[in-house]
Amino acid sequence: MPLDQYNNLGSLVEPDRVHKACYADEQVFEKELENIFYKSWIYIGHESQVPNAGDYWTTWVGKERMILCRGENGDVNVLYNRCPHRGALICNNLNGNAPKAFRCPYHAWQFNMDGSLRNVPMKQGYEGVIDLTDPQLQMKRAERQETYRGFVFASLSEEGPSLEEWLGQGAKAAFDDICNRSPEGECEVVVNCFRIIQHSNWKIFLENQLDAVHPSITHHSTGDAAADMQRVYKEKTGDEPPMGYQFLADFTLPYEKWDSLDTIGHPYGHTLLAGYMGLRPRDPVTIAHEESLTAVHGEKRMDEILSTNVHHVLVYPCLSVQPPLQQLRAVRPLAANKTLTEIWHFRLKGAPEGIYDRSLAYYYHVNSPSTMVNADDLNNFRACQDGLTLEGGGDWVSFHRNYGQDPVENGITTSVTGMSKQPMRNMFAAWKEYMSA
Amino acid sequence: MSNDTTTRSSTSTLQDVEQFLYRQADILDERRWEEWLGLFTDDGIYWMPASADQETGEGQPNIFWEDHYLMDMRIRRVEHPYAHSQKAGHRTSHVVSNVMIESESDDEIVATSRFHMVEYRLDEQRYFGGKYTHRFARMDAGLKIKLQRVDLANVEGPFEYVMQIWL
Ligand code: FES
Ligand SMILES: [Fe+2]
Repeated sequence: MPLDQYNNLGSLVEPDRVHKACYADEQVFEKELENIFYKSWIYIGHESQVPNAGDYWTTWVGKERMILCRGENGDVNVLYNRCPHRGALICNNLNGNAPKAFRCPYHAWQFNMDGSLRNVPMKQGYEGVIDLTDPQLQMKRAERQETYRGFVFASLSEEGPSLEEWLGQGAKAAFDDICNRSPEGECEVVVNCFRIIQHSNWKIFLENQLDAVHPSITHHSTGDAAADMQRVYKEKTGDEPPMGYQFLADFTLPYEKWDSLDTIGHPYGHTLLAGYMGLRPRDPVTIAHEESLTAVHGEKRMDEILSTNVHHVLVYPCLSVQPPLQQLRAVRPLAANKTLTEIWHFRLKGAPEGIYDRSLAYYYHVNSPSTMVNADDLNNFRACQDGLTLEGGGDWVSFHRNYGQDPVENGITTSVTGMSKQPMRNMFAAWKEYMSA
Repeated sequence: MSNDTTTRSSTSTLQDVEQFLYRQADILDERRWEEWLGLFTDDGIYWMPASADQETGEGQPNIFWEDHYLMDMRIRRVEHPYAHSQKAGHRTSHVVSNVMIESESDDEIVATSRFHMVEYRLDEQRYFGGKYTHRFARMDAGLKIKLQRVDLANVEGPFEYVMQIWL
């Protein structure tokens, strides 16, 4: 579809439907990188990923390759992964520790963890030629870097709203709800990153996360298998089956249940799903967790924290966070039809081990490379992408469900039903704004 | 000489183990699920660590960490009429080789081997390779797996799509 047919990219988005070029066109994708991924705030990693001086992890912001690292002075930095000498990638591993300094593998220029040049071999060749203290000869730092409750973001744009302003009350909930559940008010990453490639556009993943119509259909087989095994487990052992079985069985909740959930649309495309499965059974783990929070905050605040009803937060365009289970998936678009997800989970500092076990069970069943849940999601995403790439057969994607019915107040949209396509409309409203700029 | 005795017993052990591993690969490729479950002891576990240096699967992230119940669940899923990602056909072919006996006693054998596997789905072929470490129980009925550890060559990923079935 030649893009010059359109006056501007914003015209690909109508209030209740969007053009397939939004997902399938490489030119649109390039423009998304420029207008969205290089302008907004993008999640880089968690401070606890790099506990010691010299620790680093590498990741992506659009097509840019970035380094998250910690310096001798304890500061966490975000740098471009590029040597100012001849341009080689400095860190060629996913993660590691660079004792004292980064050392370029090509000609051994050395850099401090803040990017400044530390040493160059055979300096005399540069004497009187260039000044080795020139900032051009440093590893470049991200244009902006800010941290919210341990979660590090970078923006590759000098200008724009501060991180807190951009996150707003909606997206802050993702991190507040994780951290508040810890008696110490902090979480800590479990140092394991599952990386899974989706053969589909990055938006298809985000939209699916808040698509409450799909689970009982897409995950029918897994939901049934888990419900079967809950029964078998009880019969054979006489015990309650592990909580992970319930996580899977919940995917085939009846439509009425999904319909009773709430979706909330915030500015900048951040979107929430509220209401969820019972994570406060009267078991010893939950009770111990309640006690640990009550000891710090008193009973009222403990109850406030644990009844926070956020199931899923999309920090647009880069994150899908599930705070009650401490799951985080970072979205790294590689091409219009290719998306890398970096999947992490967190421990709540000071909470009982059983609370971590729940997070781990969810991480395994839903988010690991052997997931029986995303097996079917990713299959759908690919089918969507392949269909959207077709020339014929139609041009538009429908977001009509409950269009015009969702209440708006102070720029925040709520939904009349959990199945409303309000989340998709909210994300595309932000998309249109970014892309029209 | 005791050395000869060791060699003789290891040769027959090696044959038993090799035959077991070939049969296991065949069962997996032909999706004979009842037989698959029968390869494991009642408390047997199939384990694929999430990193090369992992020492246990208990209480930490894994790619696979499945007992009989979870294996049974996985079987029920792939055989479910609505498992649509299985619909277009899903075929695998394993080759197991380089079989070595690490240790053996009256009731246990530990053996390592290497595998290559191709998987065909949706007009595409994926390729996996790695190392198996089998901890066998010697039972009256023959060998049963207490723990099968599977170390993938590409354990760090990134993975193109997921693994629906054990490797
Ligand atoms: S390219 Fe890095 S030192 Fe030469
Ligand atoms: Fe899903």
